[in-house]
Amino acid sequence: MSDQMLAETVEIKGFGEDSLEAYFARPTGQGPYGSVVVIHHMPGYDEATKEITRKFAFHGYQAICPNLYSREAPGAAPDDAAATVRALGGVPDERLVGDVKGAADYLRSQPASNSKVGVIGYCSGGRQTFLSACSLDDLDAAVVCYGAFIVSDAPPEMPMALKSLLHLTPNASCPILGLFGAEDKFPSPDQVARLDSELEKYSKEHEFHTYEGAGHAFFAVDRPSYRPEAANDGWKQIWTFFGRLLSS
Amino acid sequence: MCTYSTEHLMIKGSGKGPNGWFGVKEATVYFDHPVHLGVEHSLNIDFLEPELGPSARVAVELEAGSARRLAEAIIRALDQMPELTGELVRADR
Repeated sequence: MSDQMLAETVEIKGFGEDSLEAYFARPTGQGPYGSVVVIHHMPGYDEATKEITRKFAFHGYQAICPNLYSREAPGAAPDDAAATVRALGGVPDERLVGDVKGAADYLRSQPASNSKVGVIGYCSGGRQTFLSACSLDDLDAAVVCYGAFIVSDAPPEMPMALKSLLHLTPNASCPILGLFGAEDKFPSPDQVARLDSELEKYSKEHEFHTYEGAGHAFFAVDRPSYRPEAANDGWKQIWTFFGRLLSS
Repeated sequence: MCTYSTEHLMIKGSGKGPNGWFGVKEATVYFDHPVHLGVEHSLNIDFLEPELGPSARVAVELEAGSARRLAEAIIRALDQMPELTGELVRADR
């Protein structure tokens, strides 16, 4: 396996045919390669998320991270963009689904694509990953990393209108890998168990791992929440899961 | 967790950024992940002027105890000049 890759900013079409900035990293070989849409966390289209995107390319996947804040803050620093979108109330669910679809279509259109596309998201992106898996019918795999407000609405004092996605469970169109921290409060272990049983109820293929000694954002290497033991095992699960479902 | 929690208010003030002073018209206050401070969660305040774009922002990230002390200090400072602040607060509204 070669570790050569190309990583660059590209323009893709998202919800409503809007042009979006996206970070695209892929191996330089001829493929065919499986592909991954990386949904960035609430702090935005930042250096850490681009590093994750390159990690997928290093492991032999075409990976793209759309800048979900492209519309409100084109060209802005990631933290400024995140602050702007936060003040405006966040990313609407319908728009998110359209943006992920656009990113997935872009990946499938690449000459080296094997047509299989998975999606992964962290934090708010974890919730959005579940939303995508239940809203798009052509994804092959989804990895939910500690997504909150999937099984319950966000509290009313939060201005962002985050509604539970649990009712969408019957629509889940691909296998789901869930990675959670036992010390997380959003989602709490009880909420994770509720999602687990709901997926079970509808016979949806899924696999959940909850790590002791880890809370929210245990994958985030640039934050105090980083837990290398949980993150390393989490990555191992991701490579096995995507290796099985996205390979040629 | 990403708390999503956000207090959003319209304000009248000025802030100083890398390119000098500008008027700020909005503020958001939230307890969530910081970008820079080395803690899992912090009290974050953004002073914004949307008409000048996303970079027209003055941001601070405070450890929770620091934020409480700051909030109390702001109230104490305002209360020390009731006649003056009373006028200003009324004018601001």
